Amino acid sequence: MDHHQAGHAAPVLNDAVPVRHPGRWISAIIIVGVLALMVQSVITNHNFRWDVVGTYILDVKVVQGVGWTLLLTVASMVIAIVLAILLAVMRQSDNPVLRYTSWVWVWFFRGTPVYTQLVFWGLIAVLYPKISAGVPFGPELFSVDTSTVITALVAAILGLGLNESAYLAEIFRAGLKSVDKGQTEAAEALGMGKGKIMWRIILPQAMRIIVPPTGNETIGMLKTTSLVLAVPFTLDLTFATNALANRIYLPVPLLIVAAIWYLVITSLLMVGQHYIEAYYGKGVDTNLAPAVINPAAAKAAAAVAPSAEAEPSLKMEFPEEEAK
Amino acid sequence: MTITTQKPLVRIEGLHKYFGPHHVLRGIDLTVNQGEVSVVIGPSGSGKSTMLRCVNLLETISAGRISVGDQLIGYREVNGRLHDLKVKEIAAQRREIGMVFQRFNLFPHKTALYNVMEAPVQVKGKSKSDAKKAALELLDRVGLADRANHYPAQLSGGQQQRVAIARALAMEPELMLFDEPTSALDPELVGDVLNVMKDLAKSGMTMIVVTHEIGFAREVGDRLTFMDGGVVVESGDPREIIANPQHARTKEFLSRVL
Repeated sequence: MDHHQAGHAAPVLNDAVPVRHPGRWISAIIIVGVLALMVQSVITNHNFRWDVVGTYILDVKVVQGVGWTLLLTVASMVIAIVLAILLAVMRQSDNPVLRYTSWVWVWFFRGTPVYTQLVFWGLIAVLYPKISAGVPFGPELFSVDTSTVITALVAAILGLGLNESAYLAEIFRAGLKSVDKGQTEAAEALGMGKGKIMWRIILPQAMRIIVPPTGNETIGMLKTTSLVLAVPFTLDLTFATNALANRIYLPVPLLIVAAIWYLVITSLLMVGQHYIEAYYGKGVDTNLAPAVINPAAAKAAAAVAPSAEAEPSLKMEFPEEEAK
Repeated sequence: MTITTQKPLVRIEGLHKYFGPHHVLRGIDLTVNQGEVSVVIGPSGSGKSTMLRCVNLLETISAGRISVGDQLIGYREVNGRLHDLKVKEIAAQRREIGMVFQRFNLFPHKTALYNVMEAPVQVKGKSKSDAKKAALELLDRVGLADRANHYPAQLSGGQQQRVAIARALAMEPELMLFDEPTSALDPELVGDVLNVMKDLAKSGMTMIVVTHEIGFAREVGDRLTFMDGGVVVESGDPREIIANPQHARTKEFLSRVL
């Protein structure tokens, strides 16, 4: 075969006439034209008040609002993720009480509006003025005013987190179910315990399925935090920009301020998601073709006693050090 | 072939298995001596894999008893009554029994090296450096020292199965179970896996091998068991059974696979 190819000149490549795609050109021209019109109107229409956008984009109240919105998003997602793992594992439990509890939790928190739940958490102090712990029908151990424990911030985080946990529980459940049963069997056959199988074998593989929709949910949560005025919690980005807009009677530029900040945070979250996905995709999604082998490790492995092989490489480094 | 002390390691007695209404195993008796290679053959659906999976409790035992060494698998017997073992106790029993699956079941998110290291570190509590040294030796033994840092997806089926064998051996089991280890492999990759298994047999490992490789049974098997319809039809010296099967069903099966 080799000499067959070597004996001839390089082949003349087929210079075929490609199929024309006029539709692509027409649609591209239309879209670019419409975009140009939109950009022009955004720039020339004075009602956008870009000067006001510029004034308020780094306003103290706005930047603080960004901080509170981020805190609400992160804190409620952390609560939601912890609860969701628990709920998803409970759902697979052999214990029917745990299974049904998980099911009812998801049914309730997914089945009622998040706005309603936030209002409810805001009113918890009306329902239960005091939180106390004690023996049922027995003595009370301690007691505190509910309003000092469940502040507006806590109520907002609880409301958002518990609601989100129901959605995430379903995502986690789907992720856990997507891992082949053979993985559990292989780990069991090695004598691994239930907890280790879940944390070291199943969950890392399930994360590949779990991360993209969870990223979606996190971005959704970022914007759902704008509902916390239902509690009422009044420091988040949407409330802060609305308050400013009402003060200066210019709603549009402050909506733009809020939108810009939401876009910036979303973009940052997307970057984070990319790296998390890459981490959990290793061994599966990563480019697997040219495996980078550590030559030293391969050498050490080839020798039956790796420690004996490690020594010469150490010696190699000494002359260099002496030269310095 | 191998020098077998006549000390039984595995005793399967009157094993029955139901899947719902399906009576899959109908009273299996099988003894495997220390250091023996016991090969189990039979048509698909004969229950041979189910029997093997009962030995390390990947399937529950409906009736009968299995013991490995002096341990009753899955139960504790108190005053003649069987009590289920706790999950932790079952895990402890499984540590003594290595298993190789038809579909390899390597952990795809870990490299070959970390697949082999996982159980010694996490289950036995070995130090990482000790486990790594032992794992590299095992990978070398199955001819894959240069693939230590590859992920399963970067390995051929035959290589994956050899890593899976190394992974099972890393727990230093007293018994190895093979569930059709070459059935999912391309024909040209079967030989490498069988060679590893032959070496293992020569080293004195007690093995139960469910397979369709009659050549392997003839060459390294100390005992051949033919199963059909959930019962043992015939069991004895592999070379005798293959050359001169006594039962019509054995004859018919062998004529189709040979």
